[in-house]
Amino acid sequence: MLIPHPLLGLRDAQEFTYLGDAALIGRPAPEAGEAAFCDYVFLRDNPAGIHRELWFHEQGDRSWLVVTRNTLTHEILGAELATDVARRSA
Amino acid sequence: MTRIDGGLTDRGTTLGFRFNGRAYAGHPGDTLASALLANGVQLMGRGFKYHRPRGAISAGSEEPNALVTLRSGARAEPNTRATVAELFDGLEARSQNHAGPLERDLLAVNDLLSPFFAAGFYYKTFMWPKAFWEKLYEPAIRKAAGLGALSGLPDPDAYDRGYRHCDLLVIGGGAAGLAAALAAGRAGAEVILADEDFRLGGRLLAEGGRIGGRPAADWAAEAAAELAAMPNVRLMTRTTVFGAYDHGIFGAVERVADHLAAPGGKVRQTLWRITAKRSILAAGATERHIPFRDNDRPGIMLSGAIRAYLNRWGVTGQRQAADPVAIFANGDDGHRTAAQLAARGVPVLGVIDPRADAPNLGGYETFAGAMVTGTKGRLGLTAIEVMRNGRAEWLSCGLLGVSGGWNPNVHLASHHRGRPVWDEDHLAFLPGEGGPAGLIPAGAAAGQGGTAEALADGLRAAGQALGDLGIAPAPVELPAAEAEPARQEAFWHVPGKGRAWVDFQNDVTVKDIALAHRENMRPVEHLKRWTTLGMATDQGKTANVTALAVMAELTGKAIPETGTTIFRPPYTGVSLSVLGGGDTGKAFRPTRLTPTHAWAEAQGAAFVEVGPWMRAQYFPRPGETHWRESVDREAQAVRAAVGLCDVTTLGKIDVQGADAGEFLNRVYANMMGTLPVGKVRYGLMLREDGHAYDDGTCARLGEAHYVVTTTTANAGTVFRNMEFARQCLWPELDVQLISTTDAWAQIAVAGPKSRELLSRIADGFDLSNEAFPFMACAALTVCGGLRARLFRISFSGELAYEIAVPARYGQALMERLMALGADLGATPYGTEALGVLRIEKGHAAGAELNGQTTAAMLGLGRMVSQKKDAIGAVMSRREGVAQDTRRLVGLAPADPARKVVPGSHLFAPGAPEDTAHDQGWITSACFSPHAGHMIGLGFLENGASRLGETVIAANPLEGERVELRVVSAHFVDPEGGRLRD
Repeated sequence: MLIPHPLLGLRDAQEFTYLGDAALIGRPAPEAGEAAFCDYVFLRDNPAGIHRELWFHEQGDRSWLVVTRNTLTHEILGAELATDVARRSA
Repeated sequence: MTRIDGGLTDRGTTLGFRFNGRAYAGHPGDTLASALLANGVQLMGRGFKYHRPRGAISAGSEEPNALVTLRSGARAEPNTRATVAELFDGLEARSQNHAGPLERDLLAVNDLLSPFFAAGFYYKTFMWPKAFWEKLYEPAIRKAAGLGALSGLPDPDAYDRGYRHCDLLVIGGGAAGLAAALAAGRAGAEVILADEDFRLGGRLLAEGGRIGGRPAADWAAEAAAELAAMPNVRLMTRTTVFGAYDHGIFGAVERVADHLAAPGGKVRQTLWRITAKRSILAAGATERHIPFRDNDRPGIMLSGAIRAYLNRWGVTGQRQAADPVAIFANGDDGHRTAAQLAARGVPVLGVIDPRADAPNLGGYETFAGAMVTGTKGRLGLTAIEVMRNGRAEWLSCGLLGVSGGWNPNVHLASHHRGRPVWDEDHLAFLPGEGGPAGLIPAGAAAGQGGTAEALADGLRAAGQALGDLGIAPAPVELPAAEAEPARQEAFWHVPGKGRAWVDFQNDVTVKDIALAHRENMRPVEHLKRWTTLGMATDQGKTANVTALAVMAELTGKAIPETGTTIFRPPYTGVSLSVLGGGDTGKAFRPTRLTPTHAWAEAQGAAFVEVGPWMRAQYFPRPGETHWRESVDREAQAVRAAVGLCDVTTLGKIDVQGADAGEFLNRVYANMMGTLPVGKVRYGLMLREDGHAYDDGTCARLGEAHYVVTTTTANAGTVFRNMEFARQCLWPELDVQLISTTDAWAQIAVAGPKSRELLSRIADGFDLSNEAFPFMACAALTVCGGLRARLFRISFSGELAYEIAVPARYGQALMERLMALGADLGATPYGTEALGVLRIEKGHAAGAELNGQTTAAMLGLGRMVSQKKDAIGAVMSRREGVAQDTRRLVGLAPADPARKVVPGSHLFAPGAPEDTAHDQGWITSACFSPHAGHMIGLGFLENGASRLGETVIAANPLEGERVELRVVSAHFVDPEGGRLRD
């Protein structure tokens, strides 16, 4: 697979480490309580179709990316810096 | 001898080769199969299950029968298809899967037992007793059934991998592929043309047709020469594109030196990863046969293969040139073979064609409305039974060509989610929707198999690709090609008694499919697994569609309703050696060496792999005969004098920024922001689920500058997680991270004389306890100006330091410390002594931080700050985690002579030793030279309040149980006075 890195262009997926559901960016506030953390830690979406997921450019510039990918076709619909996503959702 | 004039081999040169020990001769350009056929050898192997004699049925990579072992010794390569093995001088080949000589295979007795070997036989028969399967049935079956055997020796050849990029990848160099490559090449596109054959041209070399008024093979050679001269075109022959992967990436194997007796300095094969913006699948088509009774004898071939041997290799394929040749065909294609043979003076018995209106292309007899219903000939065909108008007649025949139509090679188009679609006009599956993006099927692979159609379709496909790429096409005039007659009628198998093979490689007959149908194994997926149809090296290239058609007939459904046959990579077998790409042995993964590695080697150190690192395990001295002697001596030297250990492998992460302290507060369970400059603090990291996963130290070198250390094993993970926290969780914090593990060499200087030793290199730095107390850190210079960092931390429980210098000075520093510390008893120690020292001191390491332990279990519960949020803080307080009463304790055997075995489980004396009564386990154990007996660390229920109690360590795997006393985990200096001195 090729991942369109927002800073570096198309990069081979082999350079990346995969983490999964980009919902991990949305860490609950500590006062949200145990139930919210259980949901955050243990429950992930794993859709057949469009999925937003975290990829780490470990053999590259060490950017965490949010990649939007169709898990059925592996088509990649976009990629952005996780930092930008996190800032927006903060 | 059945070699006639013509063909594309170099008759001026003779190559000697051996098959089953007998010497034969061939020519450059031959395959092993063409050379054997030229020598009148039809018998090339034995069937998989029944051990029936078999010969080549094809002239290409679809071959199911003619599997041989090439070469000998370490280079022996089983299951090589004789039909694609390029002949070289001195080639040695052996047939496979027989006991005794090929002509008198003792295992052929299986054929007499064939009624017992029907589909599903193994599943039904070898069920009982269960224990017999592994010991008796499976080995016996594997011995009798199967393919060639591996040599068992290491592969002596080199393999490589490479990466190529192009605008357009053309897969297949036949009529369509050449036309497409010419069109794209002339338009200036970057083109790669790959073909599995050693000569470009595909079926143009085999058909004997004419293009532009001259032999088609000449046109192919000219096209290949024009392409070779284009700087923007790369020709890759002997290269199989075996799989289509995501985003235009293709896997290909180039057989660089398979056609040579030995690679002679070259790599044997190269694994290519080709990234193409567009691709054209011009992989051609594979002829299918028609099952009829006893259709598996040597001398029965695909009709198109006979044409290929005739035109490309000048070989007619019988055992004797005078043997008559017959063709059994359901379409005009078979008649072309007969006409060509007749034109070359080969005796042709005729064409047996089930169609009432079968044509005659001249020079042979047509048996219209007829079928082949049986054959004779023990080791090769001698006669066929022809059924016409209800009358059967045996006719003498030495070679039978069978033509049941052509299956487009849709394989790569069905990778990803491509579903081939049935086309009633072509009586074949054509590439369908949903295949690899940007892949355009063309030519015979798209059902355009005639020469003129294939050329035009190649041009069309190139035009489409160029359009997608935004490259202006250049004019290409197509030469005229004759149209071949291609009418056919569906005819899938000859009904009747006896065994009619569908899949030659797996010995699956029409009867087996009927049995599968009766047993309700009707979906094609079940059919495949029940009968093994379509498995093994050929993956059913000549069988799958025919089997589907037979099943359709049995179920009374149409073929598309019955199912479809799709293909996964690889298109043909790929050796594991080339998939490894040469990364075997030491090259399998990188090895990281510590800065003092060469020095440790010179000291005669034993090394141990720690993750990717090689670390000194211990340093044996002359006279020491057992590793424990060395380890005990090293550990005692640290306790009594001073020891030196390279600890560079521990991860080092430099953390800087105005918010560095706040950031560390959030990634460590304990408070870090309050750490004063010039101080070090032990730190524990939790996973977000509340369990401990790594520990280390955190040193504050400046207001906004910290250095974090991690365990060796988790260095990468911790860095990745800290980057995650920085970028994804708290992007608002001003903090930067960089790994400096490789930048700094770090040496532990441990023992009561460590201060004295360090004072000899520290440039005027005050090392006194007052100026530089326990858990202090500082930047300084050593050895007359070398910048260094000093940390007063201890893993051993002794007065100890770790000193870091730029990595390139690591070895020099070690040598300097050893030289200056000789009078102090300075002793190098390795990972074993390091482990002994930390167990004696009760420090947790990997065995304790195994991902299942909490901070409380480690005795560090109070470290988890309640005042702040940190990763894992909330979950560490949840029910079930917070209430875990197991605690890290020390364990000493009641009888000092007894062994303490890590992994043993702990039980109260007298309690049943089962899971319900399990109270914990031993994590680490070693012989303690300090205590004089073995000691252990372990987690024990309510361990904190059980000091002095007795527990039983049970090791049921080895039938051992040992009585242990629960003691403090700090076997050495529990008050901690030594490290604070």
